[in-house]
Amino acid sequence: MFDFGIWTSWIHSQLTALMPEGLAIFLECVAIGICLLLMYVVIAIIMIYMERKVCAAFQCRLGPTRVGPWGSIQVICDVFKMLTKEIITVRHSDKFLYNLAPYLVILASVMAFACIPVSRGLEILDFNVGVLFFMAASSIGVVGILLAGWSSNNKFSLIGAMRSGAQMISYELSIGLSILTIIVLTDTMQFSEIVMRQADGWFIFKGHIPAVIAFIIYLIAGNAEVNRGPFDLPEAESELTAGYHTEYSGMHFGLFYVAEFVNLFIVSSIAATIFLGGWMPLHIPGLDGFNAVMDYIPGFVWFFAKALFVVWLLMWIKWTFPRLRIDQILTLEWKYLVPIGLVNLLLMVVVVVFKLHF
Amino acid sequence: MENNTAIKDRITAIEPAAVWSEAGDGLFKVPAASFRHLAEQLRHAEGFDFLRSLTGVDEGEEGLGCIYHLENTGTGENVAVSALDTDRENASLPSVHDLWKGAGFNEREAYDFFGIKFIGHPDLRRLYLRDDWKGFPLRKDYDMSLNPLNMENEEANDDSPSYVMTKDGGYILKRHPLFEDQEYVINIGPQHPATHGVLRFRVSLEGEIIKKLDVHCGYIHRGIEKLCESMTYPQTLGFTDRLDYLGAMQNRHALCMCIEKAMGLEVSDRIRYIRTIMDELQRIDSHLLFIACLSQDMGALEVFFLGFRDREKVLDILEQTTGGRLIQAYNRIGGVQADIHPDFVKKVKEFIKYMRPKLQEYHEIFTGNVIVQQRLEGTGVLSREDAISFGATGGTGRASGWACDVRKRHPYGVYDKVDFKEIVLDNGDCFDRYMVRVKEIEESLNIVEQLIDNIPEGEYLMKTKPIIKLPEGSWYSAVEGSRGEFGVYLESRGDKSPYRLKFRSTGLPLVSCIDTISRNAKIADLIAIGGTLDYVVPDIDR
Amino acid sequence: MKRNVDIKSMKYEDFNDNEYIEQMLKELRENGTNVIVGCLDDVIEWGRSNSLWPLTFATSCCGIEFMAIGAARYDFARFGFEVARASPRQADFIMVAGTITNKMAPVLKRLYDQMADPKYVVATGGCAISGGPFQKSYHVVNGVDKIIPVDVYIPGCPPRPEAMLYGLMQLQRKVKAQRFFGGVNKSISEKEYEKLMREDTNKAEDNRDYDESGLA
Repeated sequence: MFDFGIWTSWIHSQLTALMPEGLAIFLECVAIGICLLLMYVVIAIIMIYMERKVCAAFQCRLGPTRVGPWGSIQVICDVFKMLTKEIITVRHSDKFLYNLAPYLVILASVMAFACIPVSRGLEILDFNVGVLFFMAASSIGVVGILLAGWSSNNKFSLIGAMRSGAQMISYELSIGLSILTIIVLTDTMQFSEIVMRQADGWFIFKGHIPAVIAFIIYLIAGNAEVNRGPFDLPEAESELTAGYHTEYSGMHFGLFYVAEFVNLFIVSSIAATIFLGGWMPLHIPGLDGFNAVMDYIPGFVWFFAKALFVVWLLMWIKWTFPRLRIDQILTLEWKYLVPIGLVNLLLMVVVVVFKLHF
Repeated sequence: MENNTAIKDRITAIEPAAVWSEAGDGLFKVPAASFRHLAEQLRHAEGFDFLRSLTGVDEGEEGLGCIYHLENTGTGENVAVSALDTDRENASLPSVHDLWKGAGFNEREAYDFFGIKFIGHPDLRRLYLRDDWKGFPLRKDYDMSLNPLNMENEEANDDSPSYVMTKDGGYILKRHPLFEDQEYVINIGPQHPATHGVLRFRVSLEGEIIKKLDVHCGYIHRGIEKLCESMTYPQTLGFTDRLDYLGAMQNRHALCMCIEKAMGLEVSDRIRYIRTIMDELQRIDSHLLFIACLSQDMGALEVFFLGFRDREKVLDILEQTTGGRLIQAYNRIGGVQADIHPDFVKKVKEFIKYMRPKLQEYHEIFTGNVIVQQRLEGTGVLSREDAISFGATGGTGRASGWACDVRKRHPYGVYDKVDFKEIVLDNGDCFDRYMVRVKEIEESLNIVEQLIDNIPEGEYLMKTKPIIKLPEGSWYSAVEGSRGEFGVYLESRGDKSPYRLKFRSTGLPLVSCIDTISRNAKIADLIAIGGTLDYVVPDIDR
Repeated sequence: MKRNVDIKSMKYEDFNDNEYIEQMLKELRENGTNVIVGCLDDVIEWGRSNSLWPLTFATSCCGIEFMAIGAARYDFARFGFEVARASPRQADFIMVAGTITNKMAPVLKRLYDQMADPKYVVATGGCAISGGPFQKSYHVVNGVDKIIPVDVYIPGCPPRPEAMLYGLMQLQRKVKAQRFFGGVNKSISEKEYEKLMREDTNKAEDNRDYDESGLA
């Protein structure tokens, strides 16, 4: 497996040779920040394009075809349009919070995005409580959404924001529980370490029954966490026109729009990292030849393949299922997912204590 | 109308002042003062529980008034009663909203158009026009220049007026608040994706729960009935297609039937067959769109596209013969516009073969989905009594256990010759309303299948005079539209254009019952209720 | 820099009934533009024209055909009209599909005002263009161009989906002939616009209980 750490430490050593270490680290931070944002945008564009094509395929349509081959640069058009569109500020709105909200959402999204280990040595934020940090960072987003709904001075927005608050805070619990289940198995909260421990088999195989249950709970809760169908109540088009971002236009709306899709990617890639081995190739203990062949495929290919597979799964769900109702969403979480998650956690502890895992 | 002899005697016994007038279908003329007594007796003693249609009329010298078409759903008896008030300035009639709930909105309509004050009506606001509208447009002496285009935003009225009778025979105006100051009122529509057009609800919420709902119509009120009064009979046909554009064939069929009845024209069997087949194809088209829109409202976008995919197949068939996709302009007085296309029979058969398995697909993707069932079952329950009282016909009524199919009650076309089931379910909830329509697609396929091979030879257009004049009188005829009973009330004074032409809206009764069935439901339920009631807004507003 | 307009999949000759755009293009070509500004304009207009998001707005019959062009057979997503937004703030053009009545007129105007610039209007069907069959009615606006500025008219009652697609591609072409920098297409200058806005604000200040929270 190629380790990108070689490059990064080489760059670091070159820079420290030229300048004092503080400046070098500062420069590195800037460069990494730029790379991160670029990657963020690229992922967003890929996700939006994928969404359009996938949903078109489910709906017996073609999706965008005119701009670029197979409509592949359609999203870039949208970006140009969004950037040059007027940003309306609503009178009687709370202007400071109104303008702050989209940036809070995007900030939470970028911070969570930075946690993702793309390949060996390509982790940006990687420390011993990485999972905790990820959970904390991603939950800032709900503040942004609540602020957006509140400050817009629009009743639809407010209802959307309240729904979103109730929904996201509830489902965070399930996400936490299902990740915790795996942490019990790994005894580490560092993402790179979690991936490394899956070298002899992904956790979904190693943890067998409790891991599969945790994976399913994670998918459901993760889908709810990013407000996508069938959990898209906060922006339910047919009920609340556009939910919490009803009053946002231009790039402010664009930020919400982008954050939604990147959040989908983040949730999927965390699922891929924790349950499906992240960038770790498929290894079957005992088959050394097979493992060696698998190792020739670069880590980031594995990572993106797995993450996009999960994304595709979530898109499939979104375009097939109708929307739930708010009371059903809360019932599902508090009466089913949380108890199941707790019991599942207990089950995993039993599995670990008695060494029943592979 | 049928069975008139027996009912005539009974009505004269109840109210000696009632006069039978023979012209056309015939109706009883009752003075306004004794109308309330007759109405109560008809409702409670005689069991006329279904108000088919309430038509405001301006009879010039004779005054302003209303014509009530009543039906006894038990025995199938029909009667028409007209009540006129001679005082044009202060026309008033006793309200019957407590006898037939459906009268509530219809009386508001009559007040809106004719300025008839209904004494005792709890909420006598204008239904279609703006509150600051001057004059009453359907009166014969209405001046068009009174109301230029007003671009000021309309203020929503928060209290409703009502006229209450005093002891000395006069009446006073009272105002009741609609919404209290503390209530959290949100405004859904007129531009809102879930209202299927430009309907507007004002909803008072407590959290997500609906406490009260106030319907505002009229955002697409186009004054069709008034326009018809200045047009010749063939010209009036054009408007029917644009009323309920998903039941274009059926609507036009109703008006043609009414005019033909008035002319005494008997159409050939071929025409009846073609009209019936076209009606059923249109019904399939409409129900497919219903499924599509319902699923879109509920967020399951895939089914939306499936519905449209199959709908295009129906439109292809219709287009080949009629030339139009949505607005076909196919029926004419005394027949149809053009003979069926040579490929028509073949195409229809292919379609039937194609459609049956596709219905299964809908069941697999949508009906069987647990979320769909959870959301539709038990929400928005409309009881049978309420359905009849509101006059909610069509799939909505049949889902509540009321066998209200006009095709069975008053057969027209060739429905008496075909064998088909009337789908009646009992629960009256959203899920049943959905299921009724899906099953009706199957029944419609059956009907078309029975007829398609047996279209007899004959004329497709009967010879009529170049200028059509109808004798004096009034007629009512109805068809089973895609979403309920679509009736046409035609009053002629012997001219080449109608004196009064009223379309019984299929959607107005459906909308009038929304407040009742959506109380204590959630906002998301309101969307499901609106979707399953399946109203078309231009048909409500006319 | 000379400018030309090209819409993929539709030949230039096929747009042969629109002298107004020809005129605009001629003007642009004659005067020419700065290379940098011109290139930026090109990019922005290319983006805008290929990413026109409609407002989900329909009043009557034409609305069903509008839904039909979104559906599988006609699929306007191919041209980038895909994302129909329910909130006017996020939509780029409003397709007036159906009759506009006197009661609806202020609402439509308000919807148009709520949209963010650049915004376009497509009048679809006889009713929206001139009142159509309901022209003599007491409650129908005879053409939406009496209320809001219209960019493209699509005749028909209702227009076939193909006609609607053609109309939307005409709109794309029109958008491409605009200039982002320079404000050629603004019928009023910035100053006048600001003055109007100030008047509007003062008017709204006068009656403060005016509720602008709800949409329309």
